[in-house]
Parts: sequence; C-alpha cells; structure tokens
Amino acid sequence: MGKNHEEVQLIGTWVSPFVFRARVALNLKSVSYEFLEEKVGAKSDLLLKSNPVHKKIPVLIHHGKPICESLVIVQYIDEVFDGVKILPEDPYDRAIHRFWAAFLDDKFFPALKTIRMVQGEEVQKKLVEIKEGLALLDEALVKLSKGKPFFGGDQLGYLDIALSGFVAWIQVREKTYDVKLIDESIIPNLAAWVDSLRAHPAVKDIIPTADGLIEWVRVNLGPPPAPAAN
Amino acid sequence: MASTKKEEVKLIGFWSSPYSRKVEIALQLKGIKYQYLEEHDLKNNKSPELLKYNPVHKKVPVLIHNGRPVVESLVILEYIDETWTQEPALLPSDPYERAMVRFWCKFIDDKFSPAVRKYLSLGPETDGENARTEAQECLKFLENELKGKKYFGGETIGMIDIVAIGLAFWQRTLQEITDKDLMNKQDFPLLCAWAEELLSCSVISDNLPPKDKFISLIRSRREAAAATSK
Repeated sequence: MGKNHEEVQLIGTWVSPFVFRARVALNLKSVSYEFLEEKVGAKSDLLLKSNPVHKKIPVLIHHGKPICESLVIVQYIDEVFDGVKILPEDPYDRAIHRFWAAFLDDKFFPALKTIRMVQGEEVQKKLVEIKEGLALLDEALVKLSKGKPFFGGDQLGYLDIALSGFVAWIQVREKTYDVKLIDESIIPNLAAWVDSLRAHPAVKDIIPTADGLIEWVRVNLGPPPAPAAN
Repeated sequence: MASTKKEEVKLIGFWSSPYSRKVEIALQLKGIKYQYLEEHDLKNNKSPELLKYNPVHKKVPVLIHNGRPVVESLVILEYIDETWTQEPALLPSDPYERAMVRFWCKFIDDKFSPAVRKYLSLGPETDGENARTEAQECLKFLENELKGKKYFGGETIGMIDIVAIGLAFWQRTLQEITDKDLMNKQDFPLLCAWAEELLSCSVISDNLPPKDKFISLIRSRREAAAATSK
C-alpha cells in the first residue's frame, strides 16, 4: 500500500472555504480520507483537542497527529503525499504563489466576509474592494499561468487551491447583492479560470452551489445583523 | 557551494519595523550580503522604489533579489531559506515539523503580535486588563512550545525564533516604560530564558532598533492613544 492510502482524517464542514482547500489538495493527490463533519453550533471534542489554540476547522489528522491552518495543511499535503506538485519548483514562483495566498486571507476574504455586516454606502465600498481584488488576481493569473488555464499552469497549483474555496462564496454575494463580480467583460482570464476550476476532477464533485450555501446561511446563521444605530 | 552567478540582494526596510528587522536577521544569520535601503518617511512620503516593488501593499520589508521583489515577511523568510540553503536552516526538513513551524509563525503574526501591540499602545490611564489577558493566553501557548528546547528551532535559531524576536524585545521595552510586565519569570520561565539567550546573540542584538529611540516612539504612541480615548 502506498503512502496515499495511510490513515488520514479531515475535520471540517462542506461550507467552509478553508476546509475546501484541504479537500481539493487531498483529491489532487488521490489521498483517501475520512471526512469528519462538524455540526453547527457545537464544536466536537476531537476538534477542541486537535486545535486547542484556535478551535477552528480545518484540521488534518495524519498518523494521529493534527495539522491546523488551511494553507499549512495544503503545504503539508504537498510535501508528504506523492503525485502532482502543488507548489512550483522555483523558489521565486513559490514566493509569488504564497504572496497572493496571503493576500487572499488578509485582504480579499475579510472584504468578502464582512459585506454581510454593513448597509447602504458601506456595501458599495466593500463591493469595490472585492472587484479591485479580483482585478489584481486576474492580472496575476495572466503572469503566472503563461497562457495555461491555471495559476499553476496546466495543473491546479497552490494559488488555485487557495482561491478555489472562495468561488462559491463569491457567487453567493453575486446573487445576494444582484451584482456581477466575476464579469467576463472586465476580468476575462479569471472568468475562464472559474469554468476550468469547476470542471476539474479534484473540484467538480465537492464544490458547493451558491443556492446551497445561501440556504445553509438562512437556516444556520439567520438574517444579517442589523446595522448599529447612529 | 559557492555561487558563480552575480547575486544582487537589496532590502527596503524601516528602523522601527519588526518585520524588516526579522528579514535582516535572517539574511545575516545565513551570511548573505545585501544592500539596505531605509525608508525615510514611511507614513507620509513612500519612496518610488517601495511603490514600484510593492504596489499592492506599499509596505516594508521588500527583498529585491536580482531585481525581483519578494514581499510579506513570512514569505520572504521562506524564500531566503529555499534560495540560500546553507546553515542555519530556518525550517526543519521533516514535513510535520515544517507544518508546526508555519503554524506557530502564523500564530505569532496573526494572533500574538496584535494582542501585544494592543496592550502596549494603551495609554497609562487605560485599564488594559482584557488586553493583558489576551496577550498572556498567547504567551502560555508559546511557553509550552519551548519545553525541553533552548530555542523554538531546537539547538539553533530557526524561523519561529526570528518571527518571535519582537516578543523578546517588546518585553524589555515595556518594562522600561511601565511598571506592568507581560512576561514575568515566575509564569514564563522558559520564555524569559529564551529571550535572554536570544538577546545575547550579537546578530540579534545588533539588529534591534536603537533602544532609546524606540522607547520614545512607544511612549509617544501610548500618549497619543490616551489622548484620543479621553
């Protein structure tokens, strides 16, 4: 039995964009794993024990040892399991992938997430921020892909995986705010990338639908919080 | 293994930025020759070089290797380790150990440093109890990580030690300014021993901001915070 059939567990939920990254990476390497789904509102004992610092998903458990933080997990998967390489070979290219992945987590995702908590003019500001982020990513895609479909070239790479979890959530925002964010007339490269991503074997069976996520939000999180009184 | 191609390494930094100091320490530990370019007015008048090489964030540090920029301190540190493979290794070779290093570095940058900065920037009259508790919770995790080790990297300084340097330095600064201490010997004996060990290394102490200049910077920040909270 090869390395890719060793005991691997992943604690997470089907809605989390960060858990999604780990799932894509595992699929890319053809690693079979047990998916331990967390229930909303009650963190399991295993999660609390495996990630005492943050108490958050995803947590990868390999040989009984937990690894936390989605991008740390993706790099671990790349280094331990055989198969297609997720990070590029050249240190400079790796730095560029890592830079944009950090941008996604530090700047892009916060705007995407917190738009739900604001109203009126603030919503427009967040939408502009999201669109600017997507424009930067479109530019980065042109430079990194060198004409191929993905940031990683022919295959999904680190940055493809890092961004993949946000695609469905971007589409949720498009529906909720009746706005086109992945606009093929403005960011044609990224629009084509989304189609290529959705069709990829490592992604197509696990990517959530925007409607599914909207329903999940409605059932589990309720309506958005009311804005603070002035 | 001597490099035969011409290597040009520059670093754009700022004297009080812990992030740019960390990169300098890493370069010096590896014996890499570089040209240092100090930003003179980071707040109001960023240099054309900074804007050119880091258009997305416009922040220091920026490493420029043979004309190509690498930004974000954690990305830079990994780039340095992968490009210049001589001792000391900033990251271990075992994938699980590497995942742990990446996890703790992210923890220090994302959770611990903001908690300490928040506590330190509170004015002398503000009750900092919540901020202090939050920072000390983080310290407990780090104290635990040091068990049985001289450095976070084991016998030699590694990436976590470099990223956590701010902690050793801030503690010394804080004790000069206030009568409250964050990291006392009783609760955090290992961290205190570690800080002393680190500050006694010349490559570390030579690269810390000038003490008096730094202390007056922190004092003025605290006074400004106190003035705005009144």
